[in-house]
Amino acid sequence: MLLAMVDLPAQDKPTRPPRTPRRGFTRLSRLQTIGVAYLLLGVTLVVQVAGALDPAQVVFLFGLGDGVPQVGVQPAAFTLGTGLLFVLAGVVALGERWTGRYAGVALLVATVLFVPLVLVTSLALSAAGTMNVVPLMGESLRVGTPVALGALAGLYAERSGVVNIGIEGMMLAGAGVGFVVYAVLGAAGGWPLYVSVVVAVAVGGLMAALHALLSVTFRTDQIVSGVAINLLAIGLTSFLRREVLLPLGIGGGSTLPTIEIPLLADLPLVGRSLFVGKPIYFTMFLIFALTQVVLFRSAWGLRVRSVGENPHAAETLGIDVVKTRYQAVIVGGLLAGLAGAWFTLETVGTFDNLITNGKGFIALAALIFGKWRPWSAFGGAVLFGFAEALGRRIQLLDVSVGGFPVPSQFLQVLPFVVTIVVLAGAIGRAIPPASVGVPFERSR
Amino acid sequence: MALQSGADQPGADESRADEASPDVVLEARGITKRFPGVLANDTVDFALRRGQVHCLLGENGAGKSTLMNVVFGLYQPDAGELLVRGEPVRFRSSADAIAAGIGMVHQHFQLVPVMAVWENVVLGDELTRGPLLDRGAARARIAELSERYSLAIDPDAVVGELSVGAQQRVELLKALFRDADILILDEPTAVLTPQEVDGFFEIVRSLLDRGISVVFITHKLREVLAVADEVTVLRGGKAVGRADPRTATQGSLATLMVGRDVSFEVDKAPAEPGAVVLRVVDLTVADDRGVPTVSGLELQVRAGEIFGVAGVEGNGQRELVEAITGIRPSVSGSVAIGGTDVTGWNPRRIADLGVGHVPEDRSKDGLVGPFSLADNLVLNRYHRAEFSRRFVVRRDAVRRNAERLVADFDVRTTGVDVPAGTLSGGNQQKLVIARELSADLSLLIVAQPTRGLDVGSIEFIHRQIVARRDEGVAVLLVSAELDEVLSLADRVGVLYRGRFAEVLDREEATRRRCGMLMGGADQHAEEVA
Amino acid sequence: MSEPGRRDPPGRGLASRLIETYFRAAPVTVPIYAVLTAAAVGSLVILAVGSNPVDAYGALLSGAAGSPGAIAGTLARSTPYIIAALAVAFGFKAGLFNIGAEGQLLMGALAAAWVGSSPALAGLPAVAYLPLVLMAGAAGGLLWGGIPGVLKARTGAHEVIVTIMLNAIALGAVAWVVTSPDPVLLLDTTASVPHSRPMAASARLPELIAGSGLHLGFVVALALCAVVWFVLERTTLGFEIRTSGVSPNAARYAGMSVPRIIILVLAAAGALAGIGGAGEVSGGPNGYLTPGLLRNIGFDSIAIALLARANPFAIIPAALLWGGLLSGAPLMQLRADLSLDLVLIIQALIILFVAADAIVRFLFRVRRPKRDDELGEQAIFAKGWGV
Ligand SMILES: Nc1ncnc2c1ncn2[C@@H]1O[C@H](COP(=O)(O)OP(=O)(O)O)[C@@H](O)[C@H]1O
Ligand SMILES: [Mg+2]
Repeated sequence: MLLAMVDLPAQDKPTRPPRTPRRGFTRLSRLQTIGVAYLLLGVTLVVQVAGALDPAQVVFLFGLGDGVPQVGVQPAAFTLGTGLLFVLAGVVALGERWTGRYAGVALLVATVLFVPLVLVTSLALSAAGTMNVVPLMGESLRVGTPVALGALAGLYAERSGVVNIGIEGMMLAGAGVGFVVYAVLGAAGGWPLYVSVVVAVAVGGLMAALHALLSVTFRTDQIVSGVAINLLAIGLTSFLRREVLLPLGIGGGSTLPTIEIPLLADLPLVGRSLFVGKPIYFTMFLIFALTQVVLFRSAWGLRVRSVGENPHAAETLGIDVVKTRYQAVIVGGLLAGLAGAWFTLETVGTFDNLITNGKGFIALAALIFGKWRPWSAFGGAVLFGFAEALGRRIQLLDVSVGGFPVPSQFLQVLPFVVTIVVLAGAIGRAIPPASVGVPFERSR
Repeated sequence: MALQSGADQPGADESRADEASPDVVLEARGITKRFPGVLANDTVDFALRRGQVHCLLGENGAGKSTLMNVVFGLYQPDAGELLVRGEPVRFRSSADAIAAGIGMVHQHFQLVPVMAVWENVVLGDELTRGPLLDRGAARARIAELSERYSLAIDPDAVVGELSVGAQQRVELLKALFRDADILILDEPTAVLTPQEVDGFFEIVRSLLDRGISVVFITHKLREVLAVADEVTVLRGGKAVGRADPRTATQGSLATLMVGRDVSFEVDKAPAEPGAVVLRVVDLTVADDRGVPTVSGLELQVRAGEIFGVAGVEGNGQRELVEAITGIRPSVSGSVAIGGTDVTGWNPRRIADLGVGHVPEDRSKDGLVGPFSLADNLVLNRYHRAEFSRRFVVRRDAVRRNAERLVADFDVRTTGVDVPAGTLSGGNQQKLVIARELSADLSLLIVAQPTRGLDVGSIEFIHRQIVARRDEGVAVLLVSAELDEVLSLADRVGVLYRGRFAEVLDREEATRRRCGMLMGGADQHAEEVA
Repeated sequence: MSEPGRRDPPGRGLASRLIETYFRAAPVTVPIYAVLTAAAVGSLVILAVGSNPVDAYGALLSGAAGSPGAIAGTLARSTPYIIAALAVAFGFKAGLFNIGAEGQLLMGALAAAWVGSSPALAGLPAVAYLPLVLMAGAAGGLLWGGIPGVLKARTGAHEVIVTIMLNAIALGAVAWVVTSPDPVLLLDTTASVPHSRPMAASARLPELIAGSGLHLGFVVALALCAVVWFVLERTTLGFEIRTSGVSPNAARYAGMSVPRIIILVLAAAGALAGIGGAGEVSGGPNGYLTPGLLRNIGFDSIAIALLARANPFAIIPAALLWGGLLSGAPLMQLRADLSLDLVLIIQALIILFVAADAIVRFLFRVRRPKRDDELGEQAIFAKGWGV
């Protein structure tokens, strides 16, 4: 919800988000609905949680190395304060009619407080008393990498007017086939590893080409085509695994090497956490920067966007809509393939069925959350990365509530819950490319 | 007589068709274009001379846009050939036509609303510096063109936020940017006020001065006489004749266009207004973006009168109608129908008070294309006892209803089980009219009732509306066609920026006065000047 | 121009009438051709891994329908697919893409397992207990379908993403409730492999043919098909659902409440799937719930619903095909030495060819309707993001 409420300066700003004033109290506006939720949460925090927390201070560290800055927080007081703020924000939002734009601002402030609130409470509930925030951020970025790449895969396709719910399948096929090639080549690192990454990328592109064939050429319903892609990827990869990988008996191959970015890796506090990593992780940042430029500053990007907004207008200017959509969908597929390589070739070093575990769908949510803009989508991806990283952290910390440990399943589903909450909060204002999902029929 | 029918064409014209005279810049010979079930162009000949305005006249559906889309390379003709400056050409896409110096402003604007003017203009013909777009150069070029033709366009404005008039000038810019010297304007005046039309003609003349030749598509006779150097009339896909605008009259053109004598006057007796049926007080309504497009509007419509809402589209017409019918919540103010305050009611309750509503977009809002005619004819009353018993639809009743209405309203179809989407536009509209007008009405709201229809359907629908008025129904008519409002309404309100600039009795409502109010001119100041 | 409805004149001779019938039958024939094409492409895969397609398909067929026992097995296997596909098809009719059948099945099964194994209800006779169990399942699914419904109607959150997320959450929830030893909620503490407490005997759906695995749930599934068809095609509610599915705008203008329909349809779809989930715990061979019990049934139902073009009765043969493929696969693996996962590929190919009916129409020379309007409502599945 963080980004959803900030109005980023847009490259091609869609029409202003609606804030439809309504009549009566029975029909709450979206902000008012969120306000009610925050009000309830705030009251719960104040009445229930604050008093129950261990009064001992918890300590946050910011970075690795010497002289790390640290912040001590008194959980009960912090929770109480935050709770009161939530109540306030809720009230301001409920009175949207009178408070006007402050309603959005208040909710935004409260939303930003979510992150420290979750950190403080979980730390207070755990056995440990300290937590280092910088490695947590680093892990969020790393875990968010496939989500971010997947979001870009969706971005290219959807900006050109093709809904892509096949990201998951494209990733899975990339991950699976890429790893099968690697296994066949010996699974021992070195050049076969890079060849396999290239194969994974290409397979993602191929799956995307199939999606384009179905949805652009044959004008199949784009969502149905995406489902078909996902099913095909599942069938294909599990078949290959059974027929090729299992007979080869591949347990764990080696993965892409860790590299350090010169100079940056030596930065105090954050260097080791953020600038030491693996190639696909770093590539992801590059691709984001590149996408921003390509989409909004290049002629091709202009065409892609126009084709997603009004293909008929583009056609009257002599632009080949079909070709442009193919290109965009396939470029996206290549990125999804790279995201697939992240799972098998950069991170795990083996392939299991369904290894992508829904990340492609989360990527889609990040994209929608980011309103089809690269950097906002990146923000969404990192948010989900954070939810997942936090889940792992909490699991390690042995957090327990009322004497019971928080079940691991709760933490595993955390990113999915976050997705729903974020979507419910964000999409009301997200305006997709105008022609996304509409098959284009060439004039004849 | 200035008119010549296509059949007995004198020799002069034939020779022109055979060997193109040097000043013919664009020629179409024997163009035939077929769509599934429709012969849109039937061996049409057409020639445009350098520096002239050639009007393509024909009623809706005559095939004018189709012909020009063929010329512009968007459609591939089934037969016939094109010559540009005497050279035979074959366009595979509009890119080829653009390269040949042809530009087209489409009937429905082909713009990307969320993008800036400069992006819309350069699209497809991008100025680049290295791999990136050269925004500065594009801006400079647009500023220069905008200056030269006095178009007054800010290259950085977002297109969706411009007025329709300005959007149209962006379309012109797109063509000029590509150095078009043959310009096709497809019904360019449909979205303009009468005064804006005059301004537009100025722009057209400045184009001619620079050696650009213009094809001007219209179905408005007045405009033909005002701008044309030459006229070709299309009817039912055929070029049925040419006319010399210096000697032709509106009447003679109309006869040629429709194929029979027509009068655009609607026969109607003077209104006998009764009690106020619709009373709107201080109404404010927001559009989808949350911007109030109706603000503080006051309106009363009496039984037995037609209240016409004139105005350029986008001045709140849609929101006004949707608020009255309960489809869109209002921000403030009240709506009362027959003395009952219906503010905040849902559409069903309002309809059940005897309110009929013919929405402006019949295919999107008025009908469900894949549903049968029978289902479409009960779309808003399947729940009434007449058509359902204990939640189960009475299919025989639905069918009988359809058979009756199809006959009563002269809907041309092969049966009532045919999907509504397969009907022609006129018949689709008759279907909606049949459904809405067959109810027991106290208030009838019709928006753009004849948009895009042929003259026969228009006459039929106009008669139906007047008949309903004569039965004592209060009618609220919203139309972007000023002529339609003036010929049907008993009182006229000119909607400008969400409220009525003035409400006029029919006698006071002249074209000139309404036109001025539509453009937002302070009426008294203008009157004095 | 007011020309009458644009239709071609009907053919005169017998041949042209046959051809006309051939094209009219497209909604039926195209899926069949899609299946054949998928099988053909599948045989290429089989050849590629060095097996014999004829043997493989032969084994598949006899495994699926080679004996009365095999047929009963296929029917049993198809039961949850029929119900879950109904849940998906119901959504399609309203223009909603319910990818959440997976989670709705699970939540239905969870609720049913809870009620069916509750010590408090232990002595209840089957006549009372069985409806209770199925109703619990419906309630569980209703909740899980209602959430995306409410979110879509109130906030515009797209049901595709919300239901996918809810699937994952349902899986987590079931894993926790069923397998968590700390605290014990539904875990059978005596079992070596974690699973839920067993259902009471009177809470289990009886077998139709003893020892065949085919249980009463199959009859329930068939009945539900009829019910769904009736609701959609014959009632005013169905009229509203179909209208808002094809054209939400027209529905709004006609005075229907589209948000209400969205909530209703997704909740009802969830309830349907929930009954399917309940049927599997209570009618399945084990009589208890494991997190993996319903794996992929919800996802495959999407394919089945598409294959059946969202027609409630066509779902039955489509689901039988699906069940047959699955129940025949082990014999294929045994006889032709092919991995079970080949079936997954064939299934994916089927859906691919159904989705891209243009390919099939081209291969088998089935003419495409001139306009989508003429296809009628079947043309509509889901639309973009529809925000
Ligand atoms: N793309 C199309 N597909 C099918 N029919 C079309 C198409 N475009 C136009 N038509 C039909 O062709 C006829 C001529 O249309 P058009 O050229 O748009 O007429 P005009 O511009 O003179 O109003 C109409 O009957 C119309 O319905
Ligand atoms: Mg036209």
